[in-house]
Amino acid sequence: MTNLVSRAKELLENKTVDVVIGFETGPTGLARPAFITDPVKTDKLVFDDRCSHNLAVYLTKHEVKQMGKTAIVATLPIMRSIMMLISEKQVDPENIVVLGISTDGKLLDIADISVMKGYIEKSDLKNPEKFKTPLDELSKLSQKERFSYWQEVLSKCIKCYACRQACPMCYCIRCTVEVNQPQWIPVQANTHGNMEWHILRAMHLAGRCISCGECGRACPVGIPCHLLTMHLTDKVYDYFKVYAGTSEKMSSVLSTFEPDDKESFII
Amino acid sequence: MEPTGKLIRKHSLEKLYNNLADTRKIYAPVVKSDNQTEYRYNPAYEEITFEHIRSTLSVKNVVFPKVENLLFYTNSKTESTIRDIDTGEIPEVVLWGTHPCDNAAFESLRSIFCWDTNDLFFTERLEKTTVIGLSCHQSDDYCFCSSVGLSPDSSKGSDILLSRLQNGDYQADILTEKGNGIVSLYPELFEPDSSENPMITEVKQKFSHEKVTERLATAFEHPFWLENSLRCIGCGACAYLCPTCACFDIQDETRGKEGKRYRCWDSCGFGLFTLHTSGHNPRHVQSQRWRQRIMHKFSYMPERNESLGCVGCGRCSSGCPVDMNIAEQLETIQNI
Repeated sequence: MTNLVSRAKELLENKTVDVVIGFETGPTGLARPAFITDPVKTDKLVFDDRCSHNLAVYLTKHEVKQMGKTAIVATLPIMRSIMMLISEKQVDPENIVVLGISTDGKLLDIADISVMKGYIEKSDLKNPEKFKTPLDELSKLSQKERFSYWQEVLSKCIKCYACRQACPMCYCIRCTVEVNQPQWIPVQANTHGNMEWHILRAMHLAGRCISCGECGRACPVGIPCHLLTMHLTDKVYDYFKVYAGTSEKMSSVLSTFEPDDKESFII
Repeated sequence: MEPTGKLIRKHSLEKLYNNLADTRKIYAPVVKSDNQTEYRYNPAYEEITFEHIRSTLSVKNVVFPKVENLLFYTNSKTESTIRDIDTGEIPEVVLWGTHPCDNAAFESLRSIFCWDTNDLFFTERLEKTTVIGLSCHQSDDYCFCSSVGLSPDSSKGSDILLSRLQNGDYQADILTEKGNGIVSLYPELFEPDSSENPMITEVKQKFSHEKVTERLATAFEHPFWLENSLRCIGCGACAYLCPTCACFDIQDETRGKEGKRYRCWDSCGFGLFTLHTSGHNPRHVQSQRWRQRIMHKFSYMPERNESLGCVGCGRCSSGCPVDMNIAEQLETIQNI
């Protein structure tokens, strides 16, 4: 922790960066994203188990981009998100400094993107253990049972789009649901429209989801929508043997064609 | 009418609920397996909670459903035939165990939906709603009703307000003719007031809403908005959980020749909300949208609607994925 604070302070003092995105403690004791521009205020930075937000979501936010060069506190999922954003040309690696944090909470020395890539490659990239049980339980259900499970769960969706907004990979300026000529997805939050939205979201994240689980955590009504994208993460690995966010030059699994791709799913 | 105090014993309360549930729609709070509290129609009495601090969603959907059909239409080659909705078919609903913040929100909503013209659907739904409220004997850090002119035992918006006594019985304040109507159906369940003081939680005042309103009048260009909304990710959770947020969208949905026009929840926090056809967006960044949210509730509504757009329930803050704590922000605003 002291390492993180002093490193952040140093970066701001010597003007290597204009802003540090990290975590602070809010008034109710929750950790939350913080944006620090004044070196004196780096003391506010915290890092512990409460810090689950995927801060990479801010790298594409208009107001944050305006702030200048950015240092970002980054756990493994955040580093993978940054890698994905670089690969999709949304973030210029020259404009960011990664304050990497290891799984045991230590500050890593991430000098550049190749070091970050090396760290990611050495890491366990599977869906986190805590999501394995619910994923396995869903997989055990028959197709019909699974469909009715999602039908019931998604009927609660209020279409607040917290899942989309919390996701660093959902950076489109105009999301498909906001395109209204034609209106692809019903605007109203009914079961049918909700299912269309969540299936669409999951498909757009297939091969791009880095398994942070933020979409599910952000949902105010408790829909485990992260299980949809995480299931696809497993499927994409089964088919293509790749995990998202592992290289600055990733091919998109659903929009890149290779002559030796398996086509067993095409009827 | 003059409010009257009554006593309702624990076992009589159960009878009251069951009698009402047998004869009409009653909307009551239930704790789900994931510990979220949700309102359901006519749950069994044993399922109902009296211990919730706040339900995940407010109960505004009773008067302002997330989707409200406005009309149906049939298109032919030359003309459209419109079929109106019969608001007479909207059922009567009893709200059970809603807290004073949520009950006060109906007045706030009314000030919007009946600002110049009475909204047909809203008015009909509100007219057909009877509120059996429940004072709060518990609160948490997110509660701030006392900062917006309310309290854990405010009677505003309730027809009957229940308050728990030490022994588990309830004081029942009968506040309106509608409330009296319920009592007169089952007079044997109500006893004279016991004069015992009910258990009411304490909610500390965090800010003065008058000061906030006064400060906001000249704070439109303040750097506060940008600095304090950087972490806002621009979802609609706050607006959709809020009992007083009333923004809606109107859409036509057609299948073949048949179609319907409906209105559904919308949020000023979304970029699309103010996007013009030309492509210009007067609120093109999130800080402007966050400012709008606060301004509307604490400056524009007091000015235009003579009401506040906030009842201090704390849902926007407890449900925010990034801890945009509104009470904290308002506390700061009054001193900027």
